[in-house]
Amino acid sequence: MAKLNDILSPFTAWKHVVREPVTIKDPLNREAADRYRGFHKNDISECIGCGTCESICQNAAIDLVPVEGVDTKDGDSGLRPRVDYGRCCWCGLCVDVCTTNSLSLSNEYTWVDEDPDSFRFVPGAENKSWDNREKGYKKPGNGYELYNPKREAMEELEPEKRDQSFIEIVQGYSKEQAEQEADRCVECGICVATCPAHMGIPEYIKAIRNDDLNEGLRVLYDTNPLPEICGRICTHKCETVCSVGHHGDPLSIRWLKRYIADQNPAEEYKKILNTENLQPTGKKVAIIGSGPSGLSAAHYLALMGYQCTIYEKLPAAGGMMRFGIPEYRLPYEQLDKDINYILSLGVEIKYNVTIGKDITLEELHNQYDAVFSGTGLHMGRSTRVPGTDHPKVYQAVDLLRDIVLGKEVPVEENIVVIGGGNVAMDITRSLARLQKQKYGKVGVLATSLESEDIMPADREEVIEAREENAVIDPGWGPVEIETEGDKLKGLHVVKCVSVFDENRRFAPKFDEEQKKFFPADMVVESIGQGMDLSYLPEAFKEQLDMDQRGRILVNDDFQTSAGWLFAGGDIIQGPDVIHGIANGHKAAMGIDKYLSEK
Amino acid sequence: MSKKLLKWNEDRTLFPEKNSEGKIDVDYDSHKFMKIWHGPQHPGITGNMSLELTLLGDEVMDCETHVGYLHRGFEKLMERRKYIQCFPIVCRVAVPEPDFNEYCFASAMEELAGIEVPEAAEWLRTLVLEMSRLQSFLAWIGGQAGSLGQGIIGQWTIYLRDLILDRFEELTGGRIYHMYMLPGGVRGLLPDGFRQRMTENLDEIEKFMKDVKKVMFDNAVFKKRTVGMGVIDPAWINPFGITGPNARAAGVAKDVRKDNPYLKYPELDFEPVVGKDSDIYTRADVRRRDLLMTVDLIRQIMTKIPDKGDIRAKTPNVLHWKVPAGETYSRAECTRGEYGYYMVSDGTEYPRRINVRGPSYTHAVALLEKMIVNANIADVAGLMVSLHTYPPEIER
Repeated sequence: MAKLNDILSPFTAWKHVVREPVTIKDPLNREAADRYRGFHKNDISECIGCGTCESICQNAAIDLVPVEGVDTKDGDSGLRPRVDYGRCCWCGLCVDVCTTNSLSLSNEYTWVDEDPDSFRFVPGAENKSWDNREKGYKKPGNGYELYNPKREAMEELEPEKRDQSFIEIVQGYSKEQAEQEADRCVECGICVATCPAHMGIPEYIKAIRNDDLNEGLRVLYDTNPLPEICGRICTHKCETVCSVGHHGDPLSIRWLKRYIADQNPAEEYKKILNTENLQPTGKKVAIIGSGPSGLSAAHYLALMGYQCTIYEKLPAAGGMMRFGIPEYRLPYEQLDKDINYILSLGVEIKYNVTIGKDITLEELHNQYDAVFSGTGLHMGRSTRVPGTDHPKVYQAVDLLRDIVLGKEVPVEENIVVIGGGNVAMDITRSLARLQKQKYGKVGVLATSLESEDIMPADREEVIEAREENAVIDPGWGPVEIETEGDKLKGLHVVKCVSVFDENRRFAPKFDEEQKKFFPADMVVESIGQGMDLSYLPEAFKEQLDMDQRGRILVNDDFQTSAGWLFAGGDIIQGPDVIHGIANGHKAAMGIDKYLSEK
Repeated sequence: MSKKLLKWNEDRTLFPEKNSEGKIDVDYDSHKFMKIWHGPQHPGITGNMSLELTLLGDEVMDCETHVGYLHRGFEKLMERRKYIQCFPIVCRVAVPEPDFNEYCFASAMEELAGIEVPEAAEWLRTLVLEMSRLQSFLAWIGGQAGSLGQGIIGQWTIYLRDLILDRFEELTGGRIYHMYMLPGGVRGLLPDGFRQRMTENLDEIEKFMKDVKKVMFDNAVFKKRTVGMGVIDPAWINPFGITGPNARAAGVAKDVRKDNPYLKYPELDFEPVVGKDSDIYTRADVRRRDLLMTVDLIRQIMTKIPDKGDIRAKTPNVLHWKVPAGETYSRAECTRGEYGYYMVSDGTEYPRRINVRGPSYTHAVALLEKMIVNANIADVAGLMVSLHTYPPEIER
């Protein structure tokens, strides 16, 4: 028998009859919450088309597509994400992982259209009503990161332990450090396009993560036969465009490359790289200069079976890598590790041979099937301000070469270096070390036209130079080197207010009112280098296609108008080791094409 | 019609008679039996699941459950995706209660990788799990009432559930699929004013639940149709793997929050709600009281949840996170009982094996097939809903 209460109690429901309905009258115009994950927005001026959003999307709802008005350039693929709302599940992981924070979701959630194709669109490129909505889902703050934005610190010698010697500063990564740094990579490949050699950067970084360093070495050697060298002194254009660097520290690609090369023993290279049994073609190639382009060309030609002979003017191989870069940045043993492997492939180097003097270009042409020239930029340029003809004014490249050759280098107590590039920093820091050895103190100052923010030297070079007690005082233009007989008094400078004109052409402007005087006993000029093509006979030069500035013109295969002569490296596209390596590689393929068709 | 059929025996446990193979002898040619399909067109709120019923008159003689109408293959999909890419999948394993999937998957990863989640994120996860329980209970209670003819309760509770979905939208950015708990932490702190709005919502829910009690539970019709119906014998609990309110209504106080404390539950004051009679009414009442306890837990959590702090621990890059090799089982107490993820990692970027232990499977297949025999066809939906199962969780 039911209780009376159980019969009456349900009538309580009737009290709600007079209650105001809670139904939303116009649900399409209900504003969503501030964080709502609605339709996509993308600031395409910030986006670099790295494709990380595409790679995280498990629904394959995002494709990277070309967009009108967006060009491919360094650090920007020129592509932009297109979202397909037939696939998107609005999880928002694309927003969380976006390396530039350009992608977000508006809190708009209604979209009516008769055309189903319209629901596949490129946010930011196709105007939508929600583009200017402030509200919506954005990447959370409070340390919320899907990858680590902080770079794994590199251990370096303390300034006080390094400022008297030329021992290597950078210590290199341990296995754990390398794997943690490699873990930060988002595999976007933006770096590959920017690297002149188009190295397989994501692949070798992946090899580190997989602890497969043999595979890493194979990837390195696909495009770069000087990994120990590049792993130390490459200008790492890849890092300047690294997508992780937009909101964090760029990946330490250079040190990771070095880690792979360091961990693979030299005696196993041929086995790992499967170069124990190369098949000779019977053809011979002469290479002038053993710098990065010459060594690179020799390496790839040797792999293809060509007998290569390198003619080197100096008593050791490496070109500017050995005679321009101080040992504290690039130890000779590491340089030799790369070079010796190339020699092990059958490449021969004839040292102390000057082309045009010991052997002529014509003789090379007659003795070999093709010739490659990568003679580099070994001649220092002068500011030509009054006083530069004084005997205590030197060229940086000459001093750096003399240090390597073990010659006695003049070192005064007060030195001024003119220049703000890497060579200027190299000579500044080298002289600082020599001063410390000789006088127990450092008295070197480097000044440049460029202000600190646009100095061409790598940032770490400037920082480390200061740590070693060198003074860097940028933003000044040299006016005159004051001398008094045999003595050099110092350098007069005026303020440089701008270096380039509106067309980015070199056109420095000065404020003559702002003057400074840097006292010095010795001045070193380091404002760039020039090439020495004196080994080319004048008659031959006249036949060769050259530009107005006297540079040899080459085609895409780095072949000159002479046909049998190829050229690359700094004299064509420098000054940069990685450009030289890339040139050498392309030239090797060009020579192979030329000789195959011959 | 035979005389035997007209002869009614009050002891329905004797029927149907089984043959030596343990099956009932069904002779359709005799016209005594009829086979009908119950579902899959949402009878009650049982979703895509369907029952193949053999009836004798209006009495169920046999039942075979069919859960094959989803074909999503969640577990297999996860083996083909990187860990982070599993999250948009896991939250769809139980549509009305996605957060337990997120939590179990994330915590399994964290356990294998040895990652400690920040304090604030732990509290926020606890909050979200209880919010998820609350909205799931509210959706269920409307379904239970509706399956037995009380549509008004569904209208009220769906409204109440919407209030919680509003808070979900505010906190997580999503109403149904929240994607809030990622490995290492959560995706955001409490928005400004959240506590006040949540408190207002909880007050409203508590107020309405008093009317739900009067209209649904203190209702002669509801009692007539549920008291003594669909009894789960406590002896079945372990053999059938019954957990949650279905077990607690039978007097077995199983609750993962107490048995295997996780997140911030040890810092909260609560006792599992337990019933005695184990019938549909008791299970419904246990869930109603559990719902009110969840309201109380959310109030407790809101007094303790921090406004500031890290929300995500440092983890490896999710794009190629190699979870250390090993296996683990991570579990949590959802509205329907024990939810668990058995995760096997072989040390690669992809899970080697994911097995979801959803409470629906144990309750909806073998248990339902056993309980439904001798039920009236009119009570099938009510009985089914009383087990509180979600079909996507059954067919994974």
